[in-house]
Amino acid sequence: MRETDPQQNTDTAPGDERHESLTTYLVGLGLATLLTGVSFFISGTTLVWGPSIPVALAVLAIAQMGVHLVFFLHITTGPDNVNNVLALAFGVLIVLLLIGGSLWIMAHMNHNMMPMDQLMRMQR
Amino acid sequence: MNGTPSASIAGQGHWPEPRHPGEHAAGGTLSKRIVVGYGFWIFLLSDIVMFSAFFATYAVLVDETAGGPSGKDLFDLNNVAIETACLLASSFTCGLASLSAGRRNPLWFHVAMAVTFVLGVAFVGLEAHEFAGMVARGAGPTRSAFLSAFFTLVGCHGLHVSAGLLWLLTMMAQVFAKGFRADIQRRVLCFSLFWHALDIIWVALFTVVYLMGAGQ
Repeated sequence: MRETDPQQNTDTAPGDERHESLTTYLVGLGLATLLTGVSFFISGTTLVWGPSIPVALAVLAIAQMGVHLVFFLHITTGPDNVNNVLALAFGVLIVLLLIGGSLWIMAHMNHNMMPMDQLMRMQR
Repeated sequence: MNGTPSASIAGQGHWPEPRHPGEHAAGGTLSKRIVVGYGFWIFLLSDIVMFSAFFATYAVLVDETAGGPSGKDLFDLNNVAIETACLLASSFTCGLASLSAGRRNPLWFHVAMAVTFVLGVAFVGLEAHEFAGMVARGAGPTRSAFLSAFFTLVGCHGLHVSAGLLWLLTMMAQVFAKGFRADIQRRVLCFSLFWHALDIIWVALFTVVYLMGAGQ
């Protein structure tokens, strides 16, 4: 194969690959540290509008999970990684259904339920 | 042989597998390393699905404090920041260990694994200390639905890390005793995948439980 084909980097000669890999972990560590730091900083700050903080935290967390997946677990969009990505996509689908579905249903039930103090009074 | 775009498994990609003729049967069978890594990746995803059930439980029950303390009263973000730093650093050193395993360098492998172990123990110790402090304050898992969900979710992650630490010691012992054989390399690969996945779960955990809980 051609050594220069950028798409086939995972199958190239050992020397280059190892060097690049240490850099990969370092970049991952740097990005993850940065995102974690911003998360902790933003959770206690009064600089931004209060209700926007949970949204910002969620975005930062998802970004950091992406960093971990790419730089530590090496799940990439390369052509040799299709199976891994498909499995991941299925996992993410289940996670979203489970968490989103639970919250949706339980919020509706809470909304439709009699307030707890009235319920207690009826039981007496 | 190198010309075929062979599927790379999760976590691999930094060193080429030594190709054994037996592992490439006719019909393009994948190497055992790729199959093992993929299977373990599926296990990790199912573990993440299990955690998502605990996350959903926690999110539903987070406000049900039964008149007891809420997360805002209980969480110490400095402690959580140190825990996060320990786990992130240990994920990095675990990466260094798998690089050293790929280079078949036992000295650096053992050094990196030992550092990973120390950081992991520090994480578990801090978490145990936090739990003990909460129970001593009367905020144990029996106090409210919120605290039951909290201890289940965070404790389950702590158990995973503790199990990971035992696995880590086993891998150090196996590499020490048997060297970097192909089967040992596959186990090291699975261990590093496990350890990195625990860090991903911790990212969701410190965001959803601690940062959002303390900021309410």
